[in-house]
Amino acid sequence: MSMPLLEIKNLHVWFKVFGGILKVLDGVDLIVRPGEKVGLVGEMGCGKTTTMKSIMKLLPMPPAIIPEGEIIYKGKNILKMSSEELQRIRRKEISMIFEDPTAALNPVFTIGEQLQDAVKYSGSESLKTKTKENIRNRAIQALKEVSLPDPERVLRYYPLQLSGGMRQRVCISMALITSSELLIADEPGTSLDVTIKDQVLRLLKELVEKRGTSIILISHALGLVRGMTDRVYVMYAGSVVETGKTNKLFTNPLHPYSQGLLDAIPKLTGDGIGEGISGRIPEYINPPSGCRFHPRCRYVKPICKEKKPPFFKVNEDHEVKCFKFQKKGDEIAKQ
Amino acid sequence: MTKLPNNNILNISNLVKYFYTRQGIVRAVDGISFAIRERETFGLVGESGSGKSTVAYTIVGTYNPTEGKILYKGQDISRESRKRPQSLKKEIQIVFQDPGSSLNPVRTISQILELPLKVHDVVKDSKERINKIAELLDMVQLPSDYLYKYPTMIGGGEKQMVGIARALATDPSFVILDEPTSALDVSIQAKIINMLVKFQKEFNLAYLFITHDLSLMRNIADRVAIMYLGKICEIAPTSEFFKNPLHPYTQMLLSSIPVITDEEEELKPKKIISKGEIPSPVNIPSGCSFHLRCPRKIPICSKDDPIMVNVKEGHCVRCHLFTR
Repeated sequence: MSMPLLEIKNLHVWFKVFGGILKVLDGVDLIVRPGEKVGLVGEMGCGKTTTMKSIMKLLPMPPAIIPEGEIIYKGKNILKMSSEELQRIRRKEISMIFEDPTAALNPVFTIGEQLQDAVKYSGSESLKTKTKENIRNRAIQALKEVSLPDPERVLRYYPLQLSGGMRQRVCISMALITSSELLIADEPGTSLDVTIKDQVLRLLKELVEKRGTSIILISHALGLVRGMTDRVYVMYAGSVVETGKTNKLFTNPLHPYSQGLLDAIPKLTGDGIGEGISGRIPEYINPPSGCRFHPRCRYVKPICKEKKPPFFKVNEDHEVKCFKFQKKGDEIAKQ
Repeated sequence: MTKLPNNNILNISNLVKYFYTRQGIVRAVDGISFAIRERETFGLVGESGSGKSTVAYTIVGTYNPTEGKILYKGQDISRESRKRPQSLKKEIQIVFQDPGSSLNPVRTISQILELPLKVHDVVKDSKERINKIAELLDMVQLPSDYLYKYPTMIGGGEKQMVGIARALATDPSFVILDEPTSALDVSIQAKIINMLVKFQKEFNLAYLFITHDLSLMRNIADRVAIMYLGKICEIAPTSEFFKNPLHPYTQMLLSSIPVITDEEEELKPKKIISKGEIPSPVNIPSGCSFHLRCPRKIPICSKDDPIMVNVKEGHCVRCHLFTR
């Protein structure tokens, strides 16, 4: 197996706030291999966005602290990089698409100004000389790639003059203007309508596949993740509880949380809606001991309250953090 | 469609609501007609800006309809709520989309639930009122110590439960649910939906369920209507609607839904790929408003607006392909 492009190992992120310490991330492990499309799913407040922001080191520190863990990008720990190195990576190698394209674009500059800035500072290899003409052409080409009609005119527009779907296309073109190797998309379709979302995401998938870019797709919409990714991580209350091939995991979820989550989604087959999961996501100031899901779990055993479950391998490419799947030989010495 | 007027709780005919703005006339709702039967869940689906919420607000009386008639149990209520009889207001209730902004942050849950009881004289005695409020909270499975909490102290799902309890406080027979779960997580959504289904059976309620989530509609609605730019494109009983969608827009919507299993994937119409943007409701295209995005356009579409035709028992569609 090839060397992973990005590997997050046992990442903990805490926030120091007035009431105490919010222990949000509780050991996140995640691997992205070159060219792989990975999904990260979970409900509101489970730490998806915190994970993503720590990859880019975008978390304000303080209040955030990272007491434990590593984020290794191409063999180097991002958390220990100098700011110049980090800048270079942000500019050339990892790019990002945010949930709300209206908030991601600056309302007082035209699309042209913002896009051309991105070209200028991204160090795009295709540009030998950075003349104004070249930069502008590259920006127009970028807009053409995301099938925006009449790109010359769009360059003159302010973000407010575009529709939500067009704005998100501009954001995608900006993220893909560098020949980046990793794209982090944080809920890229959530603010869009169904038919528009379908168009934008189909476009994103096409572009990513054509360039062989790796992508981490963060979303709470499981259907969308199913259509876009090869492998998926399910997150609950600050840690990854299950990972596997997207299709397999969605047809055969093993962790009680994943089961509840998938069961709760209304299906087109119309067999009624599952019961959902009782209770709610725990407080991060004083999270439950052991497995953080145990207060809501119907299969809870005494060991769940004491120890954090490690990953148990169920089969090739399907791992789950739940004591239900502990076999005789498995050790729990990891913690 | 054989209409038994006695069976219909709500009759809407040719409802129009325009907003006059400086940019022009916003044709939010442009001549829609439908009927809701007793104890039925009627699903109204559409993308943002299609006018579904305007329909809801016109029915409860927040807006005065520009044209058209709303009949509730045979009584004409096509006017603003302050001009409606008090007894009718009690009958029609609404649950809003965002539970965060539909509950007053400076009132306790108890005060919030007390108001409808007071206004509509449901319970006259103030001591009995407290009992009734506790009963309402118990009904939506919230602990009784929530009585003295403020909305900001409880979770989003719990706030929506309070919103539902408030709507049911006056013992209505018709409830409008305006995207009640779209701001919530799926596991909480499942709980709320199951509760709503239970209440419907228990209290014989009719629901107008507004949403953009077609998969959700599939599971709870008896009949579904699709709205596009202020007009209804297609109305059909739910199973028929999903088995045999006729309007090109419906087909586009259905094929755009992201699903999580292979069985669902097979139910989607494959042929239609979504394209184009939703036009602004100030500047609606001539003829059929969908013709710019329609993959099966014929010349007449850009000239004449199609009329609603009944294709099959209860299955109506507004498209030139089906007008003969």
